[in-house]
Amino acid sequence: MAEGATVTRLPERTKRPPVISSAVLGTLFFIVAEVMFFSGAISAFTISRSGALPGTWPMPGQPRLPAEATMLNTALLLLSGIVLVVAHRLYRKQNPIAHWVTLCAWALGAGFVGLQGVEWAGLLSQGLTLTSSPLGSFFYLIVGSHAVHAVVALIALGVAWLQMARNKLAPGLFFGAQTFWYFVVLLWPIIYLRVYF
Amino acid sequence: MSSTATATKHEDHGHDSHGHGPDAHAHHPEQNFFMKYLWSTDHKIIGMQYLFTGMFMALIGGFTVYAFRMQQAFPGMSIPGYGRVTATDYNALVTTHGSVMIFWVAMPVLIAALGNYLIPLMIGCDDMVFPRLNRLSYQIFLVSVIVLIASFFVEGGAFGGAWTSYPPLSAKAQYNLTPLGAPMWLFAVALEFAAFLMGGINFVTTVMNSRAPGMKMFDVPIVVWSIIIASILFMASVGPLIAGAVMMLFDQTLGTAFFDPNKGGDPVLWQHLFWFFGHPEVYVVMLPAMGIVAEVIATFSRKKLFAYKTVLYTMIGTGALSFFVWAHHQFIAGIDPRMANIFSVTTLLISIPVAEMLFVYIATLYGGSIRLTTPMLWALAFIGEFLLGGVTGIFLGSSGADIYFHDTYFVLAHFHYTFFPIAFIAVFAAMTYWFPKMFGRYMNEAWGKVHFWGTIVSFNFIFIPLFLLGARGDHRRIFDYTHFPDLMKPGMQDLRILATLSLVVLLSFQVIFLVNFFLSMVKGEKAPANPWKSNTLEWVAPSPPPHGNFPEGLPTVHRGPYEYSHPDRQDDYWPQNAS
Repeated sequence: MAEGATVTRLPERTKRPPVISSAVLGTLFFIVAEVMFFSGAISAFTISRSGALPGTWPMPGQPRLPAEATMLNTALLLLSGIVLVVAHRLYRKQNPIAHWVTLCAWALGAGFVGLQGVEWAGLLSQGLTLTSSPLGSFFYLIVGSHAVHAVVALIALGVAWLQMARNKLAPGLFFGAQTFWYFVVLLWPIIYLRVYF
Repeated sequence: MSSTATATKHEDHGHDSHGHGPDAHAHHPEQNFFMKYLWSTDHKIIGMQYLFTGMFMALIGGFTVYAFRMQQAFPGMSIPGYGRVTATDYNALVTTHGSVMIFWVAMPVLIAALGNYLIPLMIGCDDMVFPRLNRLSYQIFLVSVIVLIASFFVEGGAFGGAWTSYPPLSAKAQYNLTPLGAPMWLFAVALEFAAFLMGGINFVTTVMNSRAPGMKMFDVPIVVWSIIIASILFMASVGPLIAGAVMMLFDQTLGTAFFDPNKGGDPVLWQHLFWFFGHPEVYVVMLPAMGIVAEVIATFSRKKLFAYKTVLYTMIGTGALSFFVWAHHQFIAGIDPRMANIFSVTTLLISIPVAEMLFVYIATLYGGSIRLTTPMLWALAFIGEFLLGGVTGIFLGSSGADIYFHDTYFVLAHFHYTFFPIAFIAVFAAMTYWFPKMFGRYMNEAWGKVHFWGTIVSFNFIFIPLFLLGARGDHRRIFDYTHFPDLMKPGMQDLRILATLSLVVLLSFQVIFLVNFFLSMVKGEKAPANPWKSNTLEWVAPSPPPHGNFPEGLPTVHRGPYEYSHPDRQDDYWPQNAS
């Protein structure tokens, strides 16, 4: 700023140290709104299911949701979250293997998304589609919204990993990607318990 | 803007870039018109953009109500300026009026325009913490406006399923006959919510992290608190509605089974999702209006606001309680009567904190040296008119009485007695009060008072007849009364005509406001920085404030915002930043 030198400097503002940085605070408020989005969708599902006439939930001819097989997916996702916590701790200690651990967490997360895709393909072939019944509509809405969030978080985490591996990580990115990924991980068990059983 | 001011502006941001975090914006030595007014990250410009867009949308909302009220009063007449209103037109006009006035007038003006303009000035900082997010927020809002306006002209016309958009009518094109209008309406609403979500995050973060040094929690002006509480309410309640909107959009476009009873879906579910947002939404717009009235009344009573903390706590209480009242919209939608009892109780309970706020304002007036300026008249009118809206709410909140009143003009008059004071009376108070700050000139006081009396008197002449009609069982959703001889009894149509003619009077008085507003902007008497001798920080900045707000340096706060007529002071006001 060249012309800045010609102007008398304004009195320096006394800094008010924020209790929580603005970036963190903004992210947290966003996550609050996201949590409310999922609570809305999940409670709508619960209300629809409990209000369904006897014998209509699931609609006759519709497949059961594979609750047992999804346990493996759930385990992968939870493990990915734990591995990412470890990666974060290693990164804080500037351990050179931090980015490999991050990649490991990313791979576990990607494995979850992949297995979910396989599960979807199976359900679709058995006749559970978005339009076949309220169960199908809700299933694909809720699990699909979660999948969209998981993919976005994986992209962010992947970019963070790339930057970390090249040693030029932007400061806010790893934090933001992590926060979002933990949100995706912690949300899943709730969806799993409310929707699959 | 003079060259010195431009240089100062750069300097100001140069030293304070830490306040912007990662969103710090770049500066251009010379800003052309486009960058300065249309692509700006300055919170004041964004606030004005919201304000003017909201004013423009209010014209659409006003025009639609003119067209369908004329049809009510004079069924089948060719309406001057519109032509004949068909049944489909009527539905579309009513829907457009409702959704425009709530989502595109009340929300952008009360939350977005005033929040953007006032928050950084009143808490003494130079801009929002995420200025580019703020600009994006307005741009998304503008897209939502364009989508909504475009939906008026597509095949099938604008959506006609009421602003509440209940399925199955709204969910299927073969019922609502608007195959494009309905999804576009929903899409516009969803975009608008995304815009306000960004705005809300910005407001709360800014107030938490960028307050002027020395400004403690209880030194924040009530209007800022009210916008913050409203933003939190909005962010916490909008999620389920976005989920519902996605479900509705899928039902409309993909044929999913969420709300379709033929496929096993549940239409009442939408009502729960909608009103879980919709009722906090009432308080999202009501709290900022209450905040504006608090500022205006304290300033023009020259008296400390009575019970600052009580107002604050009642606002928080109202906000919390507002999440537990939504099912009073479904008393006759087939919900369990035991649940209806619970929601009756919560609904009647919420009138306590609201009444408390009004009592506090009256207590502030008591013994003050009241100055009846135009903003003060609006603020006083707000108390009186909103009180009527609140009292009639008691009838509707009681589930027994609501069975009779449901879907009559009584309901309609009730919520117009709350929403008109919120979205217009309080906003006129705000616009006349902060006009000198926004444009550096006074509005014409005499014409302001003419506009005030014309609006208030005709407003009451619109809705008191509608209360009477509603109590006689007049149903809300009738297009042509000539088909309903029971509702054409002597006197009833006269009341409708009276209400409609009063509406025309009310609308024509708004022309006075618009002329006064725009003429005063260029020709009004020049105003000093603090024309009302008020305490809050926005009056420390010059009028209009330059980019960066405080060219003298950001203020330091020493006391609360309402120290008027302090016995130790010669002046009857004591600015927050004066040592």
